[in-house]
Amino acid sequence: MPEKKEVKGVIERISGSLVVAGGMEGASMQDVVHIGELGLVGEILEVNGDKASIQVYEETSGLMPGEPVVSMGEPLSVELGPGIIEQFYDGIQRPLELIENAAKSPYISRGISVPALDRKKKWKFEPKVKAGDEVIAGDILGTVQETVVVEHRIMVPYGIKGKVAKIEKGEHTIEDVIAVIDDNGTKHEVRMLQRWPVRRPRPVKTRLAPNVPMTTGQRVVDAFFPVALGGTACVPGPFGSGKTVIQHQFAKWAQAQIVVYVGCGERGNEMTDVLLEFPELDDPQTGQPLMKRTTLIANTSNMPVAAREASVYTAITLAEYYRDMGYSVALMADSTSRWAEALREMSGRLEEMPGEEGYPAYLGTRLASFYERAGRCIVNGKDGREGSITVIGAVSPPGGDLSEPVTQNTLRVTKVFWGLDANLAYQRHFPAINWLNSYSLYTERLDPYWDERFDDQWSGLRVESMSLLEQEAQLNEVVRLVGIDALSRDERMVMETAKSLREDFLHQNAFHEIDTYASMEKQFKMLRTIINFHHAGLDALHKGAPMNKLFNLPVREQIARMRYLEEKDIGQIDKLEDTIKEQINAIVPVGGDSNAA
Amino acid sequence: MLPREYRTISSISGPLMMVEKTQDVRFDELVEITLANGDKRRGRVLEIEKDRALVQVFEGTSGIENEDTKVRFVGKVLTLPVSRDMLGRVFNGRGEPIDGGAPLIAEQNLDINGMPMNPFSRDYPSEFIQTGISTIDGLNPMVRGQKLPIFSASGLPHNRMAAQIARQATVISGHEDFAVVFAAMGITFEEASFFMEDFRRTGALQRTVLYINLADDPAIERISTPRIALTAAEYLAFECNMHVVVILTDLTNYCEALREISAARKEVPGRRGYPGYLYTDLATMYERAGRLKGKSGSITQIPILTMPEDDKTHPIPDLTGYITEGQIILSRSLHRQGIYPPVDVMPSLSRLKDKGIGKGKTREDHADLMNQLFAAYARGKEAKELAVILGEGALSDEDKAFAKFADVFEDKYVRQGEYENRTIQETLQLGWDLLTMIPVKELKRIRDAYIEKYLNPLLKEKSEKGAE
Repeated sequence: MPEKKEVKGVIERISGSLVVAGGMEGASMQDVVHIGELGLVGEILEVNGDKASIQVYEETSGLMPGEPVVSMGEPLSVELGPGIIEQFYDGIQRPLELIENAAKSPYISRGISVPALDRKKKWKFEPKVKAGDEVIAGDILGTVQETVVVEHRIMVPYGIKGKVAKIEKGEHTIEDVIAVIDDNGTKHEVRMLQRWPVRRPRPVKTRLAPNVPMTTGQRVVDAFFPVALGGTACVPGPFGSGKTVIQHQFAKWAQAQIVVYVGCGERGNEMTDVLLEFPELDDPQTGQPLMKRTTLIANTSNMPVAAREASVYTAITLAEYYRDMGYSVALMADSTSRWAEALREMSGRLEEMPGEEGYPAYLGTRLASFYERAGRCIVNGKDGREGSITVIGAVSPPGGDLSEPVTQNTLRVTKVFWGLDANLAYQRHFPAINWLNSYSLYTERLDPYWDERFDDQWSGLRVESMSLLEQEAQLNEVVRLVGIDALSRDERMVMETAKSLREDFLHQNAFHEIDTYASMEKQFKMLRTIINFHHAGLDALHKGAPMNKLFNLPVREQIARMRYLEEKDIGQIDKLEDTIKEQINAIVPVGGDSNAA
Repeated sequence: MLPREYRTISSISGPLMMVEKTQDVRFDELVEITLANGDKRRGRVLEIEKDRALVQVFEGTSGIENEDTKVRFVGKVLTLPVSRDMLGRVFNGRGEPIDGGAPLIAEQNLDINGMPMNPFSRDYPSEFIQTGISTIDGLNPMVRGQKLPIFSASGLPHNRMAAQIARQATVISGHEDFAVVFAAMGITFEEASFFMEDFRRTGALQRTVLYINLADDPAIERISTPRIALTAAEYLAFECNMHVVVILTDLTNYCEALREISAARKEVPGRRGYPGYLYTDLATMYERAGRLKGKSGSITQIPILTMPEDDKTHPIPDLTGYITEGQIILSRSLHRQGIYPPVDVMPSLSRLKDKGIGKGKTREDHADLMNQLFAAYARGKEAKELAVILGEGALSDEDKAFAKFADVFEDKYVRQGEYENRTIQETLQLGWDLLTMIPVKELKRIRDAYIEKYLNPLLKEKSEKGAE
């Protein structure tokens, strides 16, 4: 690494979170600077002669021209090492708990400098290589048990290879040298603490196709609009349509080994909610509290706007680090619109030529390069580990209007679209994902995976259910014009089944202790039962069974209550198949007149 | 440092003026302006470039000229003197007493911009507030520390409703220190005196602090009025351990003032001419609601805004909805039917409801009952729409039951008197009474145990009555 170069200049102009400093020859783009007597943190956005435009990550009030600006000659970086999980960071990786201690106040004051990772804590380092082994960048030197569920793998930093000269087993702080690697005479000391610039993607060996699902326990998502490991998804919706609840549900139940949750420009109470709730909830896969696999990043809407822009990069860099260890990581960003607004604000202060709705012209490229950091891949290192980052971004389109630039640019790069619908939300149908306009480009890729596990029935069920819902939408048009009596008996059955799909399958109560999560097996059984009833019902109608009797069979009550069955009891759903047959047979007239009207 | 005085105003435009040849001026610093005739105004530094400072004048720039007007940089940001004695007092939009009383003896001077609350230090709001209004308590329960705006429109009785909430709000756990901070931005004298009169008559004034910026006060002053009110509220809540309800009305006027400054600064406008940072600006106010760990006080915010043209997608209600924890929307059509309070039940929402209700807080059946009432009302409305097109005859028996339910619901549940203070028990009971109109098998959102416990006795009573 080149020698760090310190550059000193002075403040010339202050406008909100933008500071222009003069005398900054030699400072480079994106370098971190400390501003003023308070030492506020900022980042260089633009260099023009000896002038540098700086976005400041803290409130600038009280600064004055002539105060010093010092560039550290290093881009904005995060600290990587054990201790990230279970942490609660602000947008530039300062632990909020330490800020509270340092500020001695429940408010975030300025100029606080706290380390991202605990320097004093000792971790038990368990080597995985021995002296004399040849290692390359990305190889695992050893492990540290970071939390009960996360084994933190210490990797050879990028750009280093050679023979392990020394490796230290035992209790170490993150700043202790745990290994020395000898690259033909050049000795590299390796510590658990490593750094990485947030705006530079961490390299991988090869990228893989996304053909393994990431289940979320949310029926409408897993069954109809699934996301793959390493995939990208977006959830746009007007306010009150349940974006945040959905993001929380994903963070809770997504089948990922690590979860990074970034609250970007959103409500403070929501982050507090996560912080208080996650240690209480158990992960269905490990049985351990969800917090043991989660790291939180909060830059709430009232915190300085520039740090909001940095927060998503901080988050994705942390996610990449855990991906490199060979984990599946899920990153939830709520909301990317606020990030885009931060870009717009800085762009405005820099007096750049505005694009659509005042957003800078580079909005699209920024969004794309962020989502491109997702993916499933073989990471660096000799052992060919596989890791993935799945990114789920919430979008808050103004007025729920999806034609606005942030939504449009996001849709261009994400593969799954869960469109939230205000009308569904008003009816308290949650998750308010509209099944008619949402889509997932992974469905076809993932069907074989589930078909293999569920007797080749999965894709058939999915396609049939979707088509029933589609038919319902068309029939509703007819009903609106001429009334429900104009429908044929078959069509009435379609309407009934679609209603059952909506109310008994798609609708899911995030606040109900059992309904909040459904395993794929449960989902499959539920869907199969609803469709079986449909087929049996159609058959019975053809044989002359009376319609109102069919629709009011007691078994339908049981179908409606399938969702409340605990995972250990889902075998009961199978038994419903017999009940359905029995009860339907009982109402079919003997001999079965297929011409009955 | 000695205060520095300048007579170097180079240009004045709208609420802004440029001061030249300044030295050691701080960003965001408070500015005192003395006019040739001795009038004093205040302002703050918006931007500094080397030795030029752009100043925003709070009370408007009329009368300022560039020869005799003196500009003094005070060296600190705008602060508000606060003390417990604020209660019962009336102040103007700049925080100066206008009730003829003695000036306030400050216990502290606080920066009106406040500081962002550390999300780590927040305590999650979970204490139910009873407002005595069924549509809020039963369907959109409010909790201490929440920010729940009222989206209204011109001509709707949002002021009466706000006054009713301020009057009736209590917690069921009992009597505690309770205060109301009221900030009026650009409202008419008539509206302001309605509130003052109402507070005075009901004795609420003793626990109220009022900040009044009237429609004919300088628009620019409105930028600081809500911040001043929130600073007072923070003091009362977190220093004096009181439970504070802050009513801000009308946010639309505030946003318009903000747009005026933005336009004067020639900033690139966002939607409908509002500045691109409107979201952030509103958030810095709304996010000052909440609770803090280790403090017994709380700040609950009820901002009121009038939606231009009843349009919910207008930037002001839209951005507000993205920041606040729900919204109570008023409906013109209910108002026309003479229903008070005209709360539009369907799109109204309290995001924190689930934390404040249930066993030990309100009652175990509250959540299920609430969901069922929503669902039933939605279905009833749908059935009514259908009936409009096809005639009542086309409805199924169930749909007819739901349609009837919707009507009775609006008449009995939504409608209530301006001085009618319903307890949560009364509200819940009313809900169950109404549900007896619907076939039991349609009540899918309610657990069987609650149907057994709360509904069946009612049904039995009903059928006995019917039999008589």
